[in-house]
Amino acid sequence: MSTDRRAFFKNIATAAATLTVLPTVAQAREKKTAPSDAVGMLYDTTKCVGCKACVVACKEENKLPADIDGYGQGLYDAPDSMNQYTKNIIQLYKDGDDQSYVKKQCMHCIDPACVGACMLGALEKGKFGVVSYDVSKCVGCRYCETVCPFNVPKFQWAKVAPKIVKCEFCKDRLAAGKEPACTAVCPRKAVIYGTYTELLEEAHRRLRENPGKYVNKVYGEHELGGTQMLYLSHIEFEKLGFRFKQDESVPHLQQAVSHGIYKGFVGPIALYGLLGAVMFRNRGNSDKES
Amino acid sequence: MHTQAQPVGGPLFTRGYMVLLAIAGIGIALMIWRFAVGLGAATGLSDGYPLGIWIAFDVVTGTALACGGYAVALLVYIFNKGNYHPLIRPAILTSALGYTIAGASVAVDLGRPWNMWKIPTYFWSWNLNSSLLEVALCIMAYVCVLWIELSPAFMEKWSVDGPPLLKRWSQRLLPILNKALIWIIALGMLLPTMHQSSLGSLMMLAGPKLHPLWFTGWLPLLFLMCCLAMGYSIVVFESVFSSTAYGRKPEMPMLINLQKIAAWGGLVFIVVRMADLAYSGNLRYATQLDLYGTMFWIENVMWILPLAMMLASPRPNLGSLFRGAIVVALAGGLYRFDTYLVAFQPGPGWHYFPSVPEMFITFGFIAIELAIYIAVVKRFPILAGRTPAH
Repeated sequence: MSTDRRAFFKNIATAAATLTVLPTVAQAREKKTAPSDAVGMLYDTTKCVGCKACVVACKEENKLPADIDGYGQGLYDAPDSMNQYTKNIIQLYKDGDDQSYVKKQCMHCIDPACVGACMLGALEKGKFGVVSYDVSKCVGCRYCETVCPFNVPKFQWAKVAPKIVKCEFCKDRLAAGKEPACTAVCPRKAVIYGTYTELLEEAHRRLRENPGKYVNKVYGEHELGGTQMLYLSHIEFEKLGFRFKQDESVPHLQQAVSHGIYKGFVGPIALYGLLGAVMFRNRGNSDKES
Repeated sequence: MHTQAQPVGGPLFTRGYMVLLAIAGIGIALMIWRFAVGLGAATGLSDGYPLGIWIAFDVVTGTALACGGYAVALLVYIFNKGNYHPLIRPAILTSALGYTIAGASVAVDLGRPWNMWKIPTYFWSWNLNSSLLEVALCIMAYVCVLWIELSPAFMEKWSVDGPPLLKRWSQRLLPILNKALIWIIALGMLLPTMHQSSLGSLMMLAGPKLHPLWFTGWLPLLFLMCCLAMGYSIVVFESVFSSTAYGRKPEMPMLINLQKIAAWGGLVFIVVRMADLAYSGNLRYATQLDLYGTMFWIENVMWILPLAMMLASPRPNLGSLFRGAIVVALAGGLYRFDTYLVAFQPGPGWHYFPSVPEMFITFGFIAIELAIYIAVVKRFPILAGRTPAH
């Protein structure tokens, strides 16, 4: 009995040792960078006048139905945030003299939580770094909604065969060599389209040439591991609804820990062998009745 | 595997049983309705709270409560405590039922459940970074493993008095199964180790949306320890319950030991949790007695309580064992429920409270589970010992 007990504690010790190295492994996962063909958008709060032309253009391009839920008489189509009918929205922040519009849509993260979450890769980061959705691989688990730090993916709650609704960067227009519907229609060039690198340069140029005009950072350059949507603002970003400022991407810790445990599936196979071996040694005993 | 397990016998359709069936019936009717009207109309879920009680309770807490089979198997086959063998079959039965019901809950919760079959078969599409994929595959496999582990109980009966075809197959399969069972049981210990820890990893991906008192890289380990403590306590709970309900002699010394493991396990859980929070500096959030700080301390007190109860009464009786087991199950259940719902912060303006149909579907699942458990122990050799309780 005592040798078995020793074996048991040895197993426990091995498992504990594996788990102890996890935090160290967690530091080791490499930070992801934007793909070489990454495109993006740069939104500038000082230029936006809140005309919502982009909201309408997005609805038309994506053939999204009117949002008349819960208002009666079919009279309403002015949602206040992204939802199952709305992939792109202009919101207004106002507090006394402080005022700013802000455009919200998928941020197309460089290291997206939704893509890390999705079981069969229904959400995938593909060409141009666009995070796109393939309904044929979606089971409707809504784990992408749970993990997105920007609360972007939306679910068709009213449908019997629901899908996930999110901005896919007008990927069909990109494929046809056109820019996204929202940037194409913006009359003030408050939101512009371009390659990720050139937009990042442009953002820093504006910061340099207009000292004091903006909060001195490009939101999305580092936040949550970086996003292909970049923001310049004259109001603190927290006030515009960007809750998180951490530089670490959301999947960073989880993937580092999971890779630590499951690397090459060696851990589980070894554990299985160990369990089987210990049981084989103990055989006979386990059938004994007290 | 020969056991002294025997069917309880007796009439099945008692008044209490009819009540269970009625609750189950309401649940099933509501499930059908949920598919007709969609998730929005049937539940309190929203884009802010896309996961509700069907996941946080039925799956995340339910499968931990169904870890009795896992916990006792570790004790019997790895710790080599053969004398605990009589507890295995009832534990495997509750595990098999608990996991099957959790799987059924997922099917009701999914928006596109008709795509479920693609999870195990579209292996070229597998996202190996997804903890949810790991949980899904592991739970699917584990449900099969549990029913195979339990199948000798059915075959033992059928090989004696089953219908001719069933009888012949049972007689033929039983010896083969008994030989192969060791590798299946090993799988039955590997799979819960994997998916129960991965249920913790799942919420690691909620990242900054999870309150810092719950968010840690140690979530997998905490979830694993949590399910083991709950597993041992649920075996105690179930043994006390069935010995009282069916007049069987309870295996007192064993049950006391199981409850000891669960109670000391609770202490270890708290030590690991506190050490991690102290190390990361997030323990400072525990000084704010808002919703989160309060829930955090309620959990901790509940984790310590079973040990305190045990030390306070060194010679436990059935009643005190029962109460202790319930506290462990509640502590673990609350920790898991909090991690998935209470500590989850989708941002201002979002609220969740389960709708009435949502709750009744959960009640329905619990009733179905109990009804099947009762029917099986009455007809098949699951529970050991025929001696009535003194």
